[in-house]
Amino acid sequence: MTSSEQIGIIDRIAGPVVQASNMLGSKLYDVARIGEEKLVGEIIKLTGDIATVQVYESTEGLTPGEPVYLTNAPLSVELGPGLIRQIFDGIQRPLPVIREKSGDFIARGIEISGLDHKKIWDFEPSVKIGDKVTGGDILGEIPETPTVDFKLLVPPNINGKLEFIAKRGDYTIDDTSATIVAPDGNKIDLKFYQEWPVRQPRPFHTRLPSNVPLITGQRIFDTFAPIAKGGTGAIPGGFGTGKTVSQHQLAKWSDAKIVVYVGCGERGNEMTDVLREFPKLVDPYTGGPLMDRTVLIANTSNMPVAAREASVYTGITLAEFFRDMGYDVAMMADSTSRWAEAMREISGRLEEMPGEESFPAYLASRIAQYYERAGRVMTLGSKPRESSITVVGAVSPPGGDFSEPVTQNTLRIVKVFWALSKDLASRRHFPAIDYLLSYTLYWSALEDYYIENVNSEFPKLRAEALALLQKDKELQDIVALVGPDALPPSEKIVLETARMIKEDFLQQNAFHEIDSFCSLEKQYLMLKTILRFYEKASDLYRKGAIVTDIFNHDAVVKIARMKYIDRNEIETSLNELMKEIDGLTSQQFGMEEDN
Amino acid sequence: MMTIKETYEAREFKTVTEVSGPLMFVDLKGKGGVSYGEIAEITTTTGERRRGQVLDVSKDLAVIQCFEGTSGLETKDTSCRFLGETMKIGVSQEMLGRVFNGRGVPIDGGGDIVPEKILDVNGAPINPSARQYPKEFIETGISTIDTLLTLVRGQKLPLFSGSGLPHNMLAAQIARQAKVLGTDEEFAVIFSAMGITADEARFFRDDFEATGALDKVVLFLNLADDPAIERLLTPRLALTAAEYLAYELGYHVLVILTDITAYAESLREVAAARSEVPSRRGYPGYMYSDFSTIYERAGRIFDRKGSITQLPILTLPNYDITHPVPDLTGYITEGQVFIDVGLNRKGLYPPINPLPSLSRLMKDTIGKGSTRDDHKYVADQLYALYATGRDLRDLVTVVGDESLTETDKKILEFAILFEQKFINQDYHEDRSIFESLDIGWELLSVFDDPYRVLKRIPAEYIDKFHPDKRDKKANFNSVDI
Repeated sequence: MTSSEQIGIIDRIAGPVVQASNMLGSKLYDVARIGEEKLVGEIIKLTGDIATVQVYESTEGLTPGEPVYLTNAPLSVELGPGLIRQIFDGIQRPLPVIREKSGDFIARGIEISGLDHKKIWDFEPSVKIGDKVTGGDILGEIPETPTVDFKLLVPPNINGKLEFIAKRGDYTIDDTSATIVAPDGNKIDLKFYQEWPVRQPRPFHTRLPSNVPLITGQRIFDTFAPIAKGGTGAIPGGFGTGKTVSQHQLAKWSDAKIVVYVGCGERGNEMTDVLREFPKLVDPYTGGPLMDRTVLIANTSNMPVAAREASVYTGITLAEFFRDMGYDVAMMADSTSRWAEAMREISGRLEEMPGEESFPAYLASRIAQYYERAGRVMTLGSKPRESSITVVGAVSPPGGDFSEPVTQNTLRIVKVFWALSKDLASRRHFPAIDYLLSYTLYWSALEDYYIENVNSEFPKLRAEALALLQKDKELQDIVALVGPDALPPSEKIVLETARMIKEDFLQQNAFHEIDSFCSLEKQYLMLKTILRFYEKASDLYRKGAIVTDIFNHDAVVKIARMKYIDRNEIETSLNELMKEIDGLTSQQFGMEEDN
Repeated sequence: MMTIKETYEAREFKTVTEVSGPLMFVDLKGKGGVSYGEIAEITTTTGERRRGQVLDVSKDLAVIQCFEGTSGLETKDTSCRFLGETMKIGVSQEMLGRVFNGRGVPIDGGGDIVPEKILDVNGAPINPSARQYPKEFIETGISTIDTLLTLVRGQKLPLFSGSGLPHNMLAAQIARQAKVLGTDEEFAVIFSAMGITADEARFFRDDFEATGALDKVVLFLNLADDPAIERLLTPRLALTAAEYLAYELGYHVLVILTDITAYAESLREVAAARSEVPSRRGYPGYMYSDFSTIYERAGRIFDRKGSITQLPILTLPNYDITHPVPDLTGYITEGQVFIDVGLNRKGLYPPINPLPSLSRLMKDTIGKGSTRDDHKYVADQLYALYATGRDLRDLVTVVGDESLTETDKKILEFAILFEQKFINQDYHEDRSIFESLDIGWELLSVFDDPYRVLKRIPAEYIDKFHPDKRDKKANFNSVDI
């Protein structure tokens, strides 16, 4: 970002918003450098020669009359090797490098690039001179981490004949990787990175239907409300209900090749937690450390509010870049409410007419545009690849009230709703996802996948379990009024089975080594075992056995321990358990007197 | 090259155009040169000097928020001089044992302190990659907190309270008893009062004095009759002093901030005076960001010895946890301690209800080597049984206790004992974590069939720690067992 000759003048400063005059010729969303410290800002409004700029750093100490430098370029990120394992702030400045420069506290006016321009990478070309290439084509690879290969792409909108391609060897990202002669005869030199404006979605060839699930290893998600690869989901919940733990679980165990995690206006220690934990955790799909597929963006709540607004765009742009390489990407944003609040704060400073709850009137369209950047696509290029971005946003509704604008506008767009419940959280039912309120609109598209890849009876078991939970809810209302004794034994069986589904299946311990991740196969077997017991219990009761006795049987204790069984032993253990359940006879239990 | 600031030598203006609420508007006569966030010194017609800060500035107009009130200001002769710097405070180790007013002026008659360093009161955000994850257990000697809501060095754990509840006693007790097991490091307490009464401030001061801790305490007092806008400054002064003591001098600092609700009201007052578009209940839309610049100053940093632990106190209007002040606080802090009006009515002290309370940093802190191996399971079990007990209590009031099973009746009994023996303790009682856990075990042993009822505790832990089964010769007052 080089500053041009033209210089504007600061007229007014109010919080993160600065007005400058003599700005004729600047474009909306161009980056401007504010004041003598050259703070980073973005032009968000133009009136005559006056530009309104949102500033990504603290504006304290700025004085009217100080200069404003134009860059004539929109807010962009550097896309190249070295993104993975890094932790950036909201405008792609690597936090460890900021720390080297300014110490433990973040100072202002630090100018550093997103990628390390000195680092040497080992490049291997996959094309040769004379080849015809087009935007999106892969020119070669760099092994970026043991599990992820960086693919050097021709930027969109460029095509032509290769006149030069770097040989196998060591390069920095500033070296020339290729020279392409365009059809009009112009020569274009490519480096090992490209720049891309964050507010502009990267192009792709076509959208594909979302019919493959993103496997998360979380039973409540995978079994009851799965999300598709390329899908969109929201996790709204009040504080203390487990939004962040749920997001962390998704980041840890999703079967995406790349995870982009955006901590948007949240706690500093939560990012520290990720930084501390991810390098130690093992990716169940590759066996490498989880950090080797993770990019972190941290703009904590006390960091400047305008950069928080930019952080989700920075995140989704990085995600799109990996998608274009052909990878399945999962992006988590925690929390989109803080992003919306950043928009509200800036909008308030601009004295715009407010919409609902003083959020700006364009809140809904901004949320929609953001989630629309998700999707499963066919990439650009002469050999297109299928890849996807799945976006999951946490929402932090004030007072846990889902009727507020951010939650409602998000739910109009996303197809999966994972509702966190304060009530479940206060019972320490974790993950505290309300199993009846939550929904997925992908089930009909994903059903076939489950039938083919898990078991043909999976949809039936799932429906049966959901019906039991629904019935349980109705019965619980009665119990609250008249006590459990008033129910007939057959309904007690429903209550007890629903309790098993809730406690022994849905509750999942994120901090338990084995239980933290549960394969689809294991989920299926667990659910099958519980429902097998339900069938048996109903049968035994019809033959006269006392219900309380049935649910005091040892098999119930074994069911409660299913989740802690290692996945190598799960099949044998549960088949054995089901055999035991099948073998139960009414003689083993006390008999109801009136039978 | 001359900076803009030097070009405008004449930085004193007598052109106040408007005084309204906490704000004063100064016409800069097109001369500009005033910085955003700059401190202004206002001289009234009687010669009194007050401080203010620039909230909005252009070449022609500066909007100043007056920390010490606007009464007595007028638009004819009041003068305003801009000091060319943002709000700063001189800090020093000598601050320990001293009392300051809400804008950092000593009020204990002890003369000015000689600053070792002059720091910006807003601090700067800690780089997330420089943060060290907090995981050192602080023993407060209060069973409910230590066992169920463990406080951790570098945590921010607010007390959600209400009028008429003993949050001050609890905060004072924590300040008095807090220690880290097996260490003898320098600690300090910084007390930042925002809009509390003189009585409440005196209570804290007397309590610190009685325990001989006063020379380890710094008090910043903005009392109920002090200027309301000054409250926006007080916690920032306190935290700047805390950062100096913690990160430069290696102290482990406990910062008590009370009352955040009064602070939020001052924030609202300024926002309203500037005719900003209000968000929920009239509070400004940026209250979350503003809170975070206070709360996020808690923490630990790699390779630095000290720490800042925050204990903010909030009085919930009408005990309503969905009110914006506790709501936005809960989204930033690492848990909350909920002080319950119902338990208080029963005469229990401290009336902490564990059910809506939470400590987010507890999971990585407790256990073998830090507290005791059974800690997690005992905590889960006590919590679960107390929750069930409270549910049953509600059920019994509707349907009577005839329909309850024997186990349910025992759980009801457990819930009563839990409140009386576990939650309830004396204001001067300092229980070790081992005592607290053993009281927990004592209560759990009311059940005849522990393996079946105590579902949250693995069988091997029951064998090892249950009072009827444990090895009587072993030492259970140890982090290694």
